[in-house]
Amino acid sequence: MKFKQAFTKISLKLILTVGVVTIAIISVYSFLSIQAQRNELLSQAEVYANKLSETIRNSTHLSMLENRSDQTHNIINTISQEPGLQEIRIFNKEGRIMFSSQKEFIGEMVDQNAEACYGCHTANKPLERLPMEDRMRIYDSPQDSSRILGIINPIYNEQSCWEADCHFHPSEQKVLGVLDVKLSLNELDAQIASSEFRSIVFAVIAIALLSLIIGIFVRKWVEKPVNELVNATEQVGTGNLNYLIKDLGSDELGLLAKSFNNMTQKLAEARLQLFQSDKMASMGRLAAGVAHEINNPLTAVLTYSSFLLKRANNPELQEDLKVIVRETKRSREIVKSLLDFARQSVPKKSNANINEIISNAVAVVDNQFSIKHIKLEKNLEENIPLFKIDSNQMQQVFINLLVNASDAVQEKDGKISVSTKLISLSPYGTLQIKNAVCSKRHSLMDDEVKIDGKPSVKLKIVQNGKEGFANLDPIYGKNRDKYGLEIKPLEQIQISCPKCNISVIDKETNCPKCKGTVYSFEVPPRGIFEGCINPHCDWQRWLYVDEAGVRDYIEIKISDNGSGISKEDLPRIFEPFYSTKGQKGTGLGLAVIWGIVDNHDGTINVESQLGKGTTFSILLPISQHA
Amino acid sequence: MMKDERILVVDDEQVILDAISRIASAEGLNVDSENSATSALKKLSQKEYSLILCDIMMPQMDGFTFLDEMQKRKIPTPVIMITGYSTVENAVKSLYKGAIDFVPKPFTFEELNSSINRGIKFYRIQKGIEDAKSRNDKTSILYVPGPPKYKRLGNLSWMNLESEGIAVIGATDLFLETIEKLISIELMEVDEEIIQGDSCANLVTEDELAHRLLSPVSGRIIERNERILEDINLLEKDPYFEGWIYKVIPSNIEYDLKYLVPFASDRM
Repeated sequence: MKFKQAFTKISLKLILTVGVVTIAIISVYSFLSIQAQRNELLSQAEVYANKLSETIRNSTHLSMLENRSDQTHNIINTISQEPGLQEIRIFNKEGRIMFSSQKEFIGEMVDQNAEACYGCHTANKPLERLPMEDRMRIYDSPQDSSRILGIINPIYNEQSCWEADCHFHPSEQKVLGVLDVKLSLNELDAQIASSEFRSIVFAVIAIALLSLIIGIFVRKWVEKPVNELVNATEQVGTGNLNYLIKDLGSDELGLLAKSFNNMTQKLAEARLQLFQSDKMASMGRLAAGVAHEINNPLTAVLTYSSFLLKRANNPELQEDLKVIVRETKRSREIVKSLLDFARQSVPKKSNANINEIISNAVAVVDNQFSIKHIKLEKNLEENIPLFKIDSNQMQQVFINLLVNASDAVQEKDGKISVSTKLISLSPYGTLQIKNAVCSKRHSLMDDEVKIDGKPSVKLKIVQNGKEGFANLDPIYGKNRDKYGLEIKPLEQIQISCPKCNISVIDKETNCPKCKGTVYSFEVPPRGIFEGCINPHCDWQRWLYVDEAGVRDYIEIKISDNGSGISKEDLPRIFEPFYSTKGQKGTGLGLAVIWGIVDNHDGTINVESQLGKGTTFSILLPISQHA
Repeated sequence: MMKDERILVVDDEQVILDAISRIASAEGLNVDSENSATSALKKLSQKEYSLILCDIMMPQMDGFTFLDEMQKRKIPTPVIMITGYSTVENAVKSLYKGAIDFVPKPFTFEELNSSINRGIKFYRIQKGIEDAKSRNDKTSILYVPGPPKYKRLGNLSWMNLESEGIAVIGATDLFLETIEKLISIELMEVDEEIIQGDSCANLVTEDELAHRLLSPVSGRIIERNERILEDINLLEKDPYFEGWIYKVIPSNIEYDLKYLVPFASDRM
């Protein structure tokens, strides 16, 4: 199995393929080079043999002419001393050996079928003239395995021969005999063999080296990144979407890793959103269940205590009962707010003093603070005007934040501070259009198309016979509008209410920035909102708000010097069911707080440093434009 | 004044039955209790009651089915719905299905008491009409129904759509008749949002009971009738015209209308 696994590895496959191709190329190359070398050496040997044979013939010519056979013998014998020369012999036309370097063969007849003769006497035809290559033959020695290069050199009849004194040869005879020289190819073969060996060794080393180098680089460039990718895929497969592949360079695999990281990040975000909406849904179910279950025991407490309060005559008892009734009513509101949060309900706002609400909240947690010896600092700005908030919900916000803070601080050295401050901020870029109507009082708000999570303002647009909708950013000054069709701002255009088609164009005004068409609608009770329809122009005017200038906010800060929140936790703390308190909390507190603050048009922000403390800042608008 | 009336309480939680029995008995009522809607229906076939208090979420048969069964069996006894799952949707649905009031849990002694008081009064008005019918007396008027084009939420509040998408809302005469000696009314502010089925005004009576008026529509208040704050009697004198309470811009009138009943259907 392991072997099979190893074999299926891409790196091994690559190495094997490259190896096989290298082997094939180097083998063919070596074969051809050996072949060429062999031929070269052989042809050198042939030239040498031919020259030798010519030398013998020429040097024996005179002695033969003079018919001095002993001299011929001597010459032959002397030459045959040359190393590598195996045999020199001369035989006559009939095949009788006349001279030989090996004396025992003299006088014997040559077998025409013997290896040495076969080359010429193929068709039992006596030889006359032969080209050089046909006079050569290479054959295995009958005695040992060595090869022999034989060359025959016919001795032709010349005028000097038939005119010689001996008159042995008639003039019509063409060939007088044959000089046969046999050269041993041992040395040459050894040379070839050693060259073959060198080539093979070179090929083997080259193949091994190539495979090694390819192996190393494949490992570096392919196997490691691929392994990393496989590992990452497995991690993602098991649900770990936070796994990031470390930088793998800028090659194709590096790019793959980058887009893989991008993909997991997108997946993680999508999963988070899915998770969140899923959590919100299950929270709704949970809230419904909790409300029903808790409301029954609360009913018993509230009815009996309020009944007792009605009947009690003892003023001291009445005071205690009042506390029970009041706190049970608060529990009722908390349970209701749980439902309200799940259902995003509207808070019950009335004019209230924020400092008083904070003081009430502090009174609730005061006991807990004194047990833990927590120092509480209050810096409440006086003269904060009354403004419309749901005091019950706000008190719940502060109690929650104070309890969180007291959980975070150390005993003894714990310090918590609460402050309120009146500040002024520009409404531009912060104020949200929550209600918009046409002149026939149809709502222009579109819950289906949301911009940054908030319902947009929908207008119908007709231009050049094309019809579409524009969804305007509800945040004043942000201009993240969505257009359902292309708009030519300076051409004839109709902008109207999607419900009743009444025009919302302000005929008297043109955009002071781009001269484009201006739409206008009422934002009850905050007057008329105007804007330019040109998607590339950001002109907007909301006189009611602009005239009021900066908007007044109350900033409430609750800080502690506790353990702080880690950077990883920080972006998630307002999610429902996200708790760092383990079994101690439900993880609903901050989610509910966020919902309440949001329902008051406010914002909540958190700053925290591990080990140093946490600060929650709440901004609530207090200017009433009604 | 509530003495000798007999009421039936239906809830699957014993502690609720006990608590309500305790309060109602202290007020001099005779209380029977049942822990399921099916056994309550059985009881209803045996005895006559002036008023029924019924939970919504119960195993087997829930409060809505109970209301349907009552209508099927033509039992006229007024029903007040009580629930721990106190959403406005449940309130509106209860009133649409014929309940005369909706009390969310947990409630105080006063809240329950005021609702029971109205319930008993409602029963008596109902009885009075029946008596007049049997005597063939056509002159006695116990309460005034609203104009036919007006629409009502249960028997509590009414709504009339004016031109330009503005809705006028007020309290029905029947609701005001069930309240004794009104001394003041607490209203919400202009620009506040009201929700159908949620409290939009508080009526305080001489006996110090507070009666919540549930809004017939959801929307934003654009005007309130300051005259009724000055003269509370105007409300009782002319509940459908001069005694209007709010003018609102409805936020989702199509949805709200599904749960409203036109007064015209009462005259058939």
